[in-house]
Amino acid sequence: MPRTVLIVDDSKLARMVASKTLAKIHPDWACVEAGDATQAMAALQAQDVDISLIDLNMPGDGGLVLAADLRRKRPNMPIAVVTANIQEEIVARVRELGATFVPKPLTEEALSAFLTGANLRLRKVAQ
Amino acid sequence: MMQISDIERDAVAEIANIAVGRAAASLRQIVGNEVLLSVPSVDILTHDEASRVVAKPGNRSLIAVCQNFDGPFSGRALLIFPEANSLQLVRAILGQELPLEDIVDLEDEALAETGNIILNSFVATMANVFKRGLTMSLPTVLRGDGGQLFAGAAGEKELVLFLYINFEISQKEIRGYLALLMDIPSLEMLRTLVQDYLDTVSPKGAA
Repeated sequence: MPRTVLIVDDSKLARMVASKTLAKIHPDWACVEAGDATQAMAALQAQDVDISLIDLNMPGDGGLVLAADLRRKRPNMPIAVVTANIQEEIVARVRELGATFVPKPLTEEALSAFLTGANLRLRKVAQ
Repeated sequence: MMQISDIERDAVAEIANIAVGRAAASLRQIVGNEVLLSVPSVDILTHDEASRVVAKPGNRSLIAVCQNFDGPFSGRALLIFPEANSLQLVRAILGQELPLEDIVDLEDEALAETGNIILNSFVATMANVFKRGLTMSLPTVLRGDGGQLFAGAAGEKELVLFLYINFEISQKEIRGYLALLMDIPSLEMLRTLVQDYLDTVSPKGAA
């Protein structure tokens, strides 16, 4: 079934890359964009969101803080933290939050792998 | 006055963000501690203004590893930190057990080599995103204030694209900056490359 993906990144370019890549993989899925953590939380209140893609390095609350907030509110939501910052501490913190580390620049292969896993998880939760 | 559009500024900052993320991962491997990064800032400034940003109060005495890059766009990449942090950084690179005199002897060499890895990682990632080759000069270690570090990159009143990111090595009290100066003829090319990149990203080619 079609899903709704929340894309959070302070860079419009990065949001464009993510939404275009998502449209290539799942043309029937919807996407909601947010430029920071506050907008992301507002978007979450305003509509149903199934999956989140979050940038790490953002002004205000960074991606890890937002991912932790989202995890508290939505324990079963598949979350990916998207970043070029491949330091092991970052990867470890992302995993501690039960989120998936997806490297930037975002590729179709990496996003597709995450979305496949996310979709399976959502189906399992719904059963 | 040279202007860049919001989306071009956004694109340069985002590509720099990706590039500095890779560079930070290289630095983390060298020093063994996490490297914290700020959000990059991108501006078109005069050479003078850029050097004033770096030479904030308390930053009069700076040390920098500098590499010039050349290709479709050219400029200078610098890894800058207060001179007071230099020996701590060298210690973080070489290990705590080395005696001070050895560290002093190896200071420039260790800084140049570390800078080379980080700056290459930074510039190479930008080159890869744009799918263009860039050549890098050998690293040089410079000491002085902001103006001295940027000398030779452009005239004092000339405009440069100035990209600036703070970094901090956790548990080491080492802070610094990664800066990129690009001259205006290069900036024109960079804008073309950014637009080409945006065209591949945006379905309508419009940004």
